[in-house]
Amino acid sequence: MTLLTDDQKMLQETAASFLAEEGSIAKQLRHWRDIGCKDGFGHGLWKQFAELGLTGICIPETHGGMGLGATEAALVLEEIGRNLTPSPFLATAVVTARAIEGTQHADRWFPGILAGEAVLALAVDEGARHAPERAALKARRQGNGFVLNGAKQFVVQGASADMILTAARTAGSPGEVEGLTLFAVPKEARGLAIDNVALVDSSKAARLTFENVELDADAVVGEVDGGWAPLRRALSAGRAGAAAELVGVASGASAMTLDYLRQRKQFGKLIGEFQALQHRAAHLHTEIEIARAAAHKAAQSLDSGDDRAELYVSVAKAKTADVASLAVREGVQMHGGIGMTDEHDIGLFMKREAVLGELFGDVYYHRERVAALSGY
Amino acid sequence: MSDPDQFRAETRAFLEGICPPEMRTPIRSEADVCWGGRNWTFQSDAQRQWLAAMAERGWTVPDWPKDYGGGGLSSAEARVLKEEMQRIGARPALTSFGISMLGPALLKFGTEEQKKHYLPQIARGEIRWCQGYSEPGAGSDLAGLQTKAEDKGDHWLINGQKVWTSYADKADWIFCLVRTSSESKQGGISFLLFDMQTPGVSTKPILLISGNSPFCETFFDDVKVPKDQIVGEVNKGWDVAKYLLGHEREMISGMGLGMAGSLGATTKPADPFLRAEIAAFDVDALAFAAMSERFAAMWKAGEAHPASPSMMKYAGTELNKRRNELAMAAGGSDALEWENGGTARTWLRSKGNSIEGGTSEIQLNIVAKHILRLPGA
Repeated sequence: MTLLTDDQKMLQETAASFLAEEGSIAKQLRHWRDIGCKDGFGHGLWKQFAELGLTGICIPETHGGMGLGATEAALVLEEIGRNLTPSPFLATAVVTARAIEGTQHADRWFPGILAGEAVLALAVDEGARHAPERAALKARRQGNGFVLNGAKQFVVQGASADMILTAARTAGSPGEVEGLTLFAVPKEARGLAIDNVALVDSSKAARLTFENVELDADAVVGEVDGGWAPLRRALSAGRAGAAAELVGVASGASAMTLDYLRQRKQFGKLIGEFQALQHRAAHLHTEIEIARAAAHKAAQSLDSGDDRAELYVSVAKAKTADVASLAVREGVQMHGGIGMTDEHDIGLFMKREAVLGELFGDVYYHRERVAALSGY
Repeated sequence: MSDPDQFRAETRAFLEGICPPEMRTPIRSEADVCWGGRNWTFQSDAQRQWLAAMAERGWTVPDWPKDYGGGGLSSAEARVLKEEMQRIGARPALTSFGISMLGPALLKFGTEEQKKHYLPQIARGEIRWCQGYSEPGAGSDLAGLQTKAEDKGDHWLINGQKVWTSYADKADWIFCLVRTSSESKQGGISFLLFDMQTPGVSTKPILLISGNSPFCETFFDDVKVPKDQIVGEVNKGWDVAKYLLGHEREMISGMGLGMAGSLGATTKPADPFLRAEIAAFDVDALAFAAMSERFAAMWKAGEAHPASPSMMKYAGTELNKRRNELAMAAGGSDALEWENGGTARTWLRSKGNSIEGGTSEIQLNIVAKHILRLPGA
């Protein structure tokens, strides 16, 4: 494993100061939540991401992006997690950008991403639990195009998106990776019903219903029946990205909790003096370091094309969700009564962890995948 | 540094030519490990040849300077060597506390004479060292040690007792913490080196729950030690001791994990609940391996927190205990057999991992104090 280069450290510092300042809980998450924003994030901030060049991290230089990889995206996502900043960065600039890279849709959408104007979404799950290869939404050939029927759920920012990348079945049966095709579905497509759903963390995910949605052949992303390749690319990027964001959530919750241990007095002592809490805090800190290393390893192995990259990605997603869950549970418990109030921020970390933990497969999904990839 | 591809090619050719086939099989038990020393009986000619060949190049300690018997390799070259050894499944030619613990401390704190004298003997596997740290009254509270060294003008006179001295009965020399002053707890400790054959030194093995006796009680009764066999200054031994403990913790944290691979792939658990627990373990083990790799890189770059080995030690040993619990479960009644196998003995031995070299609780104290800077820690 290599450590961060000077350029990567600079990017990390840029993202850290930008998000701590502009992406703070008070300015973003609480603001948009309290005014009941339909997007759950601010378009102004998305523009600011673009001005700093951050929206183009995963976009090739030939398209005007930075041409960087999962490692750099992870640096930004860790800071997003630490500040609980709501933004289209993961779904648009990482996941969808990776999926359409190298296809004709890149020319259509990369400029909008680079400008911080386009918002894109990925529709893959159809049940409450992540199972991409089980996609059953049907795409039937009709003339030169396709007709889509079915439903999707947990489509992050689906109601805010200009285009929804949709995994549909053109052949094979649910459970098979062959026969899937990715379609770029415009938000205004006739027959597409979008139900905007608020999640526990005040982010939005959509439930979509496709009723005879007609698409031209050029809506296909990549190859017909060969959607698994771009979809897997998108999912790997999304899983590694969510893992990095979870590391940020865990670190943010842990930092807030440590501050509290250093301030709160009971029995005439700072509660951080009690060994019962010190050991739990030290255990948590160790686990967060392990989670950070796992996320870093996953991103680096994706960037270097390591043949064990998929294994490391699942290790990272499972481990970071596990550790972030511990961090937020310990955080609320150690804050005591104040941690149960809406006024205090620690509970917001618990809510975000729940959503990120589920996104692109939960702990159990990825443990199962690690077992399968390891041959048992 | 030489051309990396060329170095790799040369290393590969050298190892292919020199590493005996018997030394390319996995280490099955303690008996397969080559510890060296005056009284070492080689398990086989292959083990003898392999050590001789590697020691001649200084590759038992590849990144030590050539002047001290090392290979003089850069860290990148040393990594290539490690990878090439792993590629052919080569066992370490020599394993010793001299390499993993005393050597690094001597490189940092030893005089030029001490380095020239002791390090090449370690590199060639001629002297086997043991560590005299813990005492019956000084375990977790190590700095409370009472073994006394009196200044007798031309020598130190040692009286006292050590415990949990790994392989003291097989070792040639000891590196030992002694009290040279009672005025300060940590500031009254010195770091001495002496021959275990010195009159007045005796050892008694301790039988463990695993049925083996890797540890001893070690007694010192009017042991005379030449004055120049001190490392660092008088009453400054705690600095040497702490530095060395960092290396010990790093070593213990990797015990049983480095070469082990996926537990699920080895055990193929049929029971779905056990399989789920083993998969959870494998996730944690692979994540820990990533941290191990990351910290090693940070350590080399000087970016690691000095207390970070405590995190490694804590996490690594707790993980190894869990691995052994699951291996016992997966083994069923086969794993209970005492004379064959060894699963049960390894399981029992692993319980000591989170005690030796500073308990898990002590590591958590260190993290709380030095990394988290919690009040009163």
